[in-house]
Formats: sequence, C-alpha cells, structure tokens
Amino acid sequence: MQPISFDLQQDFFSLFSLPHRFQFDITLLEQNYRSLQAQVHPDKFVHLSEAERRLSMQWATHVNEGYQTLRNPLNRARYLLTLQGVDTQENSNTAMPVEFLMQQMEWREALEEARQAKDSAVLDELEQRVQHEMRALQHDLARDLDEMHDYAAASGIVRKLKFLEKIAEEIGSAFDELDT
Amino acid sequence: MVALSRKGTQNGLPYQRINQMALLQIAEPGLSAAPHQHRLAVGIDLGTTNSLVATVRNGVSTVLNDAHGRALLPSVVRYAEEGSVQVGEDAQALQSQDPHNTIVSVKRFMGRGLKDVGDVSNLPYRFVDAPGMLQLRTAVGVKSPVEVSAEILKVLRERAELSLGGELVGAVITVPAYFDDAQRQATKDAAKLAGINVLRLLNEPTAAAIAYGLDNAAEGVYAVYDLGGGTFDVSILRLSKGVFEVLATNGDSALGGDDFDHRVYCWLLEKNELSALSAQDIRTLLTHARAGKELLSEHSETKITAVLSGGELIDNTLTRDEFHVMSQNLVQRTVQALRRALRDAKLTAQEVKGVVMVGGATRMPHIQQAVGDFFGQNPLNNLDPDKVVALGAAIQANVLAGNRSSDDWLLLDVIPLSLGIETMGGLVEKIIPRNSTIPSARAQEFTTYKDGQTAMSIHVVQGERELVSDCRSLAKFELRGIPAMVAGSAHIRVTFQVDADGLLSVSAREAVSGTEANIVVKPSYGLSDEEITRMLQESTQHARDDMLARALREQQTEAGQLLEAVENALQQDGDALLDAATQVRIRSSMDALRAVLTGSEHQAIKRAVEALNLATTDFAQRRMDKSVKHALAGHKLSELEG
Repeated sequence: MQPISFDLQQDFFSLFSLPHRFQFDITLLEQNYRSLQAQVHPDKFVHLSEAERRLSMQWATHVNEGYQTLRNPLNRARYLLTLQGVDTQENSNTAMPVEFLMQQMEWREALEEARQAKDSAVLDELEQRVQHEMRALQHDLARDLDEMHDYAAASGIVRKLKFLEKIAEEIGSAFDELDT
Repeated sequence: MVALSRKGTQNGLPYQRINQMALLQIAEPGLSAAPHQHRLAVGIDLGTTNSLVATVRNGVSTVLNDAHGRALLPSVVRYAEEGSVQVGEDAQALQSQDPHNTIVSVKRFMGRGLKDVGDVSNLPYRFVDAPGMLQLRTAVGVKSPVEVSAEILKVLRERAELSLGGELVGAVITVPAYFDDAQRQATKDAAKLAGINVLRLLNEPTAAAIAYGLDNAAEGVYAVYDLGGGTFDVSILRLSKGVFEVLATNGDSALGGDDFDHRVYCWLLEKNELSALSAQDIRTLLTHARAGKELLSEHSETKITAVLSGGELIDNTLTRDEFHVMSQNLVQRTVQALRRALRDAKLTAQEVKGVVMVGGATRMPHIQQAVGDFFGQNPLNNLDPDKVVALGAAIQANVLAGNRSSDDWLLLDVIPLSLGIETMGGLVEKIIPRNSTIPSARAQEFTTYKDGQTAMSIHVVQGERELVSDCRSLAKFELRGIPAMVAGSAHIRVTFQVDADGLLSVSAREAVSGTEANIVVKPSYGLSDEEITRMLQESTQHARDDMLARALREQQTEAGQLLEAVENALQQDGDALLDAATQVRIRSSMDALRAVLTGSEHQAIKRAVEALNLATTDFAQRRMDKSVKHALAGHKLSELEG
C-alpha cells in the first residue's frame, strides 16, 4: 500500500469565528478552541442520551481537527487554497527552483552527518536555519494569500513548506535519537 | 496533513454537515440538572509500589483509608499454599520468606511479554512465557499479571464500598501516560475481573495536574514530572480558565524507583562478590537496597545490613554521593524525556511556569536537583506526591459519574504514542501522530500494489519507529472484495478514530465498490474475552447469579439516567424545538421505559432504552443546532473582518 492523497472539506474558519485569512490572531483561535471544546466535549455528555453522546464525540473530533488545521501554518495555507478550489499539486508538481533543491540537499547532508556524529550543536544550528526559512515562507504566504490573492504563487510556497516541514520533522527525530 | 472523511455514515448516523455553525449547549453554566442522587464513584491509583483509592465527598477529594487508618495499600499480592490470597502489608511482610508466591511490582508485567521485561534473572519469580503477556507460577497455579492486579483492585473496591456505604457506579483508574494499548487493555481487564466498571483510564500526570491545578487555581504552562515505582512520565499542560490542555507527554514505561533499588542491589552483589542467589536472598537484598535508597533521601550515608539465608552477613556503607553516581544515568534518561516532551509541545524550559513533582521516587535529592536545573526553578512539592494522582482521579470520576461539581472544568488529553498502519516493505505510515488531542479522527488514502489485487491486509501498529518490527502490533484485519484493477488505481480510504477514552476503531473502504471492513481495536497483548470470562467464573466471589444481578442493576441505573437526561432536555427545549405530536411520541417512549424499569427483564429494559434513544435522535440534533450562538458570543465574524 502507498499513500496517495488527503482530503479537506469543511470550513473551519467559520467554525472558529475567524476571518478567512492566513494571518489572524492565534490567541483568538486558542480561546475559541477552548470555548468550543467546553461546549461539545464528550466528558460533558456522559449522562445524556446516546444520540447526544455520539454527536458530542463527532463534534469534539471535528473541533480538534479544525484546530490542528488552522494552527499549523502549512495546513492552514493548504486549507485556504482548497477552499478557493485551488489544487496545491503537492503530489503531481515536483518542479522546484534549482537553488531550493540545492539547499535541501545541503541540509539533508548536514542532517545525516549530525545524526551520525550525534552532534546536537549542529542539529540546533540546522534547526534554526530551517525555522528561519519556514518563517520567511510563511511571511510570503501571508502576502500571496491575504493581499495579492496569487494562489498559484501560494501553491508553490506550500510545496516548498512541505519539504521544510519534512526536514524539520526529521531533525526532531534526530534529536529524539540523541535523547534515547 | 490528512482529514477525516465526511462521506457516508458514522456509527449508523448520517454525519451532519457543519457549516451552519451549530453548537451544542446542554446546560447553561450554573443551571444544574434536576437534583439527583449522588453517585458513588472513586479514583484509583493502581501503582507499582502502592495503590490508593479516593473519592469526592462534599465537594472535596479525599483519600479513603483502610480500617487501620492506612491510605497506602502496598501493591503486593501473596498466593498462600492453602489457597488464601493476601494483599498489602500482610503480603509485604512475607515477601522475603515466600518470594515465589509474593508478587511485588506486578504493574511492570502488565501487557508485557517475557522479552519486554529484560533481565529476569534478578527477579525472584517463576516466569511462564505466554503469547503476549507473561505469567507467574505460584503455589496455587499460574497467574496472569491481570489476575494479580485484580486482587489489589478488589481490596480497594471493598474498602471504598465499605467506607461509602454502597455499590460503586464506577471508577477512574490511572495509568502511566506512556502506557501503550496492551498495558491499558490489561489494566481494564483487571478492573473487570475485580468487578469494577471503568469510567475512564486517566493518565497519571494528568490526574496530578487536575488535583494541583484546581487546588491552586493555576493558570499557564505546567510540567508534571511523575517518577513512580516502575514508570516515568512527563506531561506538559496548559491550564487556562478551567481547561486542562495536555500539550505533550513523554516517558518510559519501564523506568522507576525500582531501577534505582536495582542499582543499589547490583552494587551490593559486587561489593560482596555474590552470584547465583536464591529467590529469598534476591528479595531480601532488594528490600534492603530499597530501604537504603530511601534513607539516603534524608541522610548523607547509610548502612545496609542483612543476613542471607546461608548465614552470610552483608554489612556495607553507601554514601549519597556514591548512590547518585551509580544512578545518574537513570536521572539522565528522565531529563531526555523532558526534552522530547518540550520539543513536541514546541516550548522551551523557560516557558514552563511550574513543575509539579509526583511519585514517591521524586523524593530523591538528585532528582529534585536535576529537574530544578533543567527548568531553572525549584519544583513544586506542596502536594503529597503519593496521593495527588488518586485525588485527581477521584475528581474526574465524580464528573464522569454524572455528579455535577461546582468547578466547571474540562480535560483535553492526548494519545501518547503514534498510531499507524503497515505499508510496503514493513514500514509504518503514521495516521494519528503522538500527542494528538482526543477524540481524534484521521483518514488517509492508500492504493493497491499489484495488478488485480482484490484484498488488502490492514495491520494497525503503535509506536514511533519507522519499522513495523520495532512497533507494537495492535490488530490486523482484511479488506476483501476490491474490484480487480491495475496496481495503483484503487482508492482505499483508511480511517482511524480514537474516542475520548482512547479506544481506537479502524475502518477501510474502497471507493468504487463501496466494500468496507472495520475493527474496534483490542490489542492482541491483552487477554481474550474468553480468558477473562473463564477467570471471572473461577473467581468464587463472582458467581453467575451475582453477575446477572449486577448487570441488571447497571442497566437500570443507565436507563434511569437516560430518563433524567431526556426529561431535562424536554423541559429546557421541548416546546421550542418540537411539535406537540413529537413530544407525545417521546413521552410515550419514556413511559414505556418506566413501565419495565423496575422489573427484572434485562432484555425488555434494553429494548425500551434503544427505542427511547431512537425517538430522541432528531431532538438531539435540533438541540445542537439551536444552541449555536452561545459558545462564541462576543467573537462575531463580522467584527473580525470589519
């Protein structure tokens, strides 16, 4: 078996009373998430009818999913694009600027070396650089999504961010290995 | 990355499209449901070394003592040759004398195979390897760790029922946050065997956080460092306006105070050039090693004196510094878990406002020191580290039993370990990553690997590693009837759903044919239902009649609660949301249930409950739609976009 795609459909921005934008006040999302869960969580329904308990489980699941989608910048951007009917082509479009790919290769080599050498200082530095690049891309996303409405450009950034998130995840696993 | 499919049906109910911002409001805060009888519920801390039971009385969480005024029940069970079972201090007193039949720290064996336990040569038991979970040979036969734990739970249940003067509605039992599904299932099985209805398995550090947080009205990010007798957990939580949000949890389900005892034990062996000890001598030395370790928390050195069965005198002096050196790498392992947890929570040590210390083993000075250094602040020790977990569990039990408390609070917990399925090449594809807030659902699409493939095997695993062989296998099932297609063209959606109890259900569906298969995951490491039934039958305390009577009472209680819930709902929203005819229909279903409620017809009550549930399904939907505007009042969309 091989994974081939994912699927997002519901409008979570409305659920959390947030504007349909990439940039918004994250504390408002957190607050509204907690108020929503305080209303729908199954622990509040333990002694109600079966139908109400089932609805509560579905709602709480949905609210958790929405929170995860909106809190993570990559998921949020992808989600906004999906709502606009834009396909981010993450699986079909593999064309990437050469310098971006060169940098990816360089980082991967550095990661592999740090992993072999169990060098947490190098990992730290690499993590900083990746985080810095991710923040820069998120800044570009805010411009392309909220101001320029340039969805083709935004899709390109999403594809890049996906690469970076993957490497950030691998840096995390490398830290985990150091810590076991 | 992936989202839950909204297609088709879930649990037999069409899933409601959620674009009208419908929200469910069941009772206004402060507007309590109709007065009802206080339901007896307890929190149980089933510990490696000691176990406790607590309950909420008059709004205050309290540990229940035994007849001698003792709160802690040593988690020690002795199976005597004549067939009697001793639990607690009586068993503990005989542990060196009768080591094979006196089981100490059984929690370390729950849901574990022999190979998981590691070095068994220094444990005084006669192990029997069994598929999934090891067993122990005793004077009265082979015992599963589940049966041993059930003996401890039975004593606590009896203590609670005696103290509270009635039968328990249920209990919240705590488990280490880092327990996997096999260990959790084993704990549930033990409760079942002890005649306890499990309201929830609650993670130990979370329980501690609830007790601490409610007691201190804490706000902000807190870490709970929980080093028990056999397990280590760390949890990072955000406490905000009564919501306890677990951000990340990490740990080691095979690291605890026992391992520190073991370092001292090994040191004694080395100092005295001992080898191949008898079971009695192993237990004697382990007991003295533990006593020595405990003394070193108060003194800078201690004498360890013991006489072995051959008359040999052990007499050594251990300094605190020596002890710290020999156990420093154990402390280091806990610090590594702290780092992992913080990284998952995307926080730094400086962002943590307070560190709550839980578990008797946190009394060791070098633990306090290491934790203090790591967070750059003194850990919080103002709660009794032995009792705080049980106290928190009791508070949760009170809520889950349906007793309304004055504190309006909510717990949002996470799954500790990632859940995924096996893909080509023995690799794991994670579907729900660790530290996801539950309830949670995720779906991912997979496809066929071979041309004309008509079946797909779904192997559900738990763990962080990339290879299936390094993770725990939870369940396997097969999706059959996939239409023959070219490899890679089938669309098979695999959906994982974890409910608020942490119970996982997995379903797989092929898009073209609509063929479907699903499973509620019960880990293969637990005992099968048949084995549990056999154990129940063997247990004289739970004769068949007794079981039936209990089942009937549970059914009646549940039905009574349903009636109460529907009555409240009708009073609140009946006239506003339902036409007269529908109200009459619901009322007549309620009457039908009332008519059979007090009878002894188990099936009749069950049918009437089902009928009432069916009659109120639409009402529940309407109630949810109606109370939309409440939750986010004040944060209107227009204001934000304006």
